[in-house]
Amino acid sequence: MNRHEKVEQHVGWFFIVTIMAISIGGLVEITPLFFQKETTQPVDGLRPYTALQMEGRDIYIREGCNNCHSQMIRPLRAETERYGHYSVAGESVWEHPFLWGSKRTGPDLARVGGRYSNDWHYAHLMDPRSVVPESNMPSYKWLAETPVSNKLSAEKMKLFNALTKNRSHKDENGNPIPLYSDDDIANAGAEFATTKSITGKDSLTEMDALIAYLQSLGHALK
Amino acid sequence: MSSFWSIWITVLTLGTLIGCIFLLRWTLTNFTGVKEGESMGHEFDGIEELNNPLPRWWSIFFMVTIIWGFVYLAFYPGLGNFKGIFGWKSSNQGITSIADSKAQTQAAKDAGLAVQYDREVNSAQERFGPIFEGLAKQEYSELVKNEEALRIGQRLFLQNCAQCHGSDGKGTTGFPNLTDDDWLYGGSPEEIEETLLYGRKAQGMIAWKTMLGGEQGVKEVAAYVRSLSGMDVDTELADAGKEKFAMCAACHGSEGQGSHAMGIALGAPRLNDDIWLYGGSPRAVEASIRDGRAGVMPAWKDFLGEDKIRVVSAYVYSLSADKTDNE
Repeated sequence: MNRHEKVEQHVGWFFIVTIMAISIGGLVEITPLFFQKETTQPVDGLRPYTALQMEGRDIYIREGCNNCHSQMIRPLRAETERYGHYSVAGESVWEHPFLWGSKRTGPDLARVGGRYSNDWHYAHLMDPRSVVPESNMPSYKWLAETPVSNKLSAEKMKLFNALTKNRSHKDENGNPIPLYSDDDIANAGAEFATTKSITGKDSLTEMDALIAYLQSLGHALK
Repeated sequence: MSSFWSIWITVLTLGTLIGCIFLLRWTLTNFTGVKEGESMGHEFDGIEELNNPLPRWWSIFFMVTIIWGFVYLAFYPGLGNFKGIFGWKSSNQGITSIADSKAQTQAAKDAGLAVQYDREVNSAQERFGPIFEGLAKQEYSELVKNEEALRIGQRLFLQNCAQCHGSDGKGTTGFPNLTDDDWLYGGSPEEIEETLLYGRKAQGMIAWKTMLGGEQGVKEVAAYVRSLSGMDVDTELADAGKEKFAMCAACHGSEGQGSHAMGIALGAPRLNDDIWLYGGSPRAVEASIRDGRAGVMPAWKDFLGEDKIRVVSAYVYSLSADKTDNE
């Protein structure tokens, strides 16, 4: 029996050699990225989400916005003319999970922050066709009816501090600055009490959180 | 990239290519002791395995792809820090800010590196830049008569402005109509340009319910406001609202003529005409007073640049300007 036959007919060998062959691509293309500065260090202007924006981000995930909206502007002029500077890795180093998306039924949202007024987002999420007649986006009316809670905001901040330990900004001495200070975490609810709801209600709704999140997108490189 | 990872990538990549050559040679060599084309000695259901080599065309193509791999890696960046003979890359890497991005673009240009994205942007800039520059140099009086400029302006408007102001510029509830002669911040081309460049944020229309002493006060002021434009209202309510309107007059003017007519850029709409940004029904006017309004026009200077904004301003101006005036 020759060696080739041994590999072909022995399931153990076949398994080992196959794993070796298919892992090379990952070892070359993925592993080095874990250790590159540009894929692990934040861009200068990156700021952590506030408690309200963080809640909005979770609503964005819950509603599956990333199924139709990407957050990834590619380095192509046709895209940057419309959306702004192309996305870079340093903008996403604090994202867990990242929401780059892979499909654009709607436009890219990587730099939608500040592009429209809060009023526009409210009108658009209540009834997309009231402002964009040809839109096929569904209405998200119930967000304006559902109160948003800051019950877990402090926990989320702690979690993100832990997740981004080696990827936060550094102070002059090179020591990492956590995304959220103890004060931030202790006051995670303050923003909820002082922000006025765009819906005209007395307390904040999921609509406010989602709009706050959308308005925060992309400012790190603008 | 540190040299460790550069070597890691180079060794694994080249090792794989060379490994493929050996694999191909290995599988092409006859180790079986059976002559080519003869039976391997087992048969099932009338089908017999013969010792046939890999098809020749297939092994040749395999070899060609391996050679192609080496050639590609010589010209394009694929081996760690080696930039490739062409010095080509798709875009600049490791950008930390917009300023850094610009500096890298310049540095790559000076070093003669071919950055695909920068080249794309540059060639477009060379082609379209002078057009916009030329248009931006024109006076508004010329620009609004320039059919080409207005067509370009319309394109830019549809791309960037229509989401709020509508494709016809007629706006919708909360987003101003640009085709009438009613302006929150002024309707001269220069004022429109300023609005586009720096954005606008309506000031001061807070929620007035408490200040007006509750829902009744809101109803009274709403009735008075609606009476200003000659609508039928409950005169008793309106009379009561008239006194309270003193608070509103600071921004909207004593006759409701609006902040623009008073020469201040507060964005307080004129109230004595029949144009209603947020609706003129009793309910809509009451809602505006009760909960407040704060219309925001985003700034476009960084995104569109001053030249393009001048062209869009001319287009927006042309939507309402009486064109016969210019002829």
